Amino acid sequence: MYVIVAGGGKVGANVTRSLVEMGHEITLIEERPDRFARLEEEFGPVVLRGDATEISVLERAGIARPPELLLAVTGDDEDNLVISQIGKEGYRVPKAIARVNDPRNQAHFDLLGIKQTVCATTSILGLVEHEVPEHGLVRLLQLPEEGLQIVEVQIEPKSPVAGSRVGGLTLPEGSRLISVFRHGRTELVEPSTVMRPGDQVLAVVSDDSASALRSALLGA
Amino acid sequence: MNAVVIGCGRVGSAVAKGLVADGWDVTVLDESEDALVRLGPNWRGGFVIGHGMDAKVLERAGIAEADAAVVATSGDNTNVVIGQVLQRRYGTRTVVVRVLDPARATFYAERGLNTVCPTQTAISVLLETVQASVPTPQAS
Repeated sequence: MYVIVAGGGKVGANVTRSLVEMGHEITLIEERPDRFARLEEEFGPVVLRGDATEISVLERAGIARPPELLLAVTGDDEDNLVISQIGKEGYRVPKAIARVNDPRNQAHFDLLGIKQTVCATTSILGLVEHEVPEHGLVRLLQLPEEGLQIVEVQIEPKSPVAGSRVGGLTLPEGSRLISVFRHGRTELVEPSTVMRPGDQVLAVVSDDSASALRSALLGA
Repeated sequence: MNAVVIGCGRVGSAVAKGLVADGWDVTVLDESEDALVRLGPNWRGGFVIGHGMDAKVLERAGIAEADAAVVATSGDNTNVVIGQVLQRRYGTRTVVVRVLDPARATFYAERGLNTVCPTQTAISVLLETVQASVPTPQAS
């Protein structure tokens, strides 16, 4: 597949290395002369020197073909947004993935229609939440297109649902319990499943209902 | 009428002063406090320090009540992103965005953003001035 990588910092360079090893056709765009020289030494002619937010540079990189995938992974969120918009809206690139450097800018990416984003800070915080159970609801996976998330909840002795059958619970609309992990095994949730303290419950929930689900399972 | 001017460089500061002279209530937003000097000692509008990508900063500058916004920071990409956020998130009625790169100015103008491109203006004026002052050279 043909991939354009915009930005040759740590992320861009490492992604390029892996994609080249996998046999994909790549163009990597980097503006800074020092970085460009180093990248060109390693990757050869796949590296293009220029500002990837300039339409003429993207055209030289083959944006009009278009590539199957555009990765906007510079260190600047505004640049990543503009690169993604030019690719998707101007050249019908089927898939653009943008790096979010500052998680506070995530809302701007969502607002401007750049659905697929990667944010290292948010990922690390997600892992921290996974390790720190008092946060209650651990978000394992976000599905922005569907407005759904897969979450994990640990049932506590004082949880209002402890000791109850799932079939008898009133859960918020837009939520389903998927599975329970207990004693080293995972079981799919049935109406007859009884919630026990210590159970790790996986659930799918709409973004709007996440906090209601948290209250239903863990109390206020 | 309320206006917010984002970016207090040569252009932003002059636009802000011009709007105040026309009777607008103007709040200027810039990352650097030093930019306040450009507004002169008699500045009577608002001034907020912060980045225009920051929703809290925009809201402190009164973007929710603004009738018009002028986006003229030094970064083209910052300007087009902020301009779109103002249109889509805050519904600001009039949003004008300074974009130096003619190609990007056209790209975003075609997508409903009111862009102003000083580079394109300079190119056109320079070209017209030369064309008007000398006879068109004949191809040899």
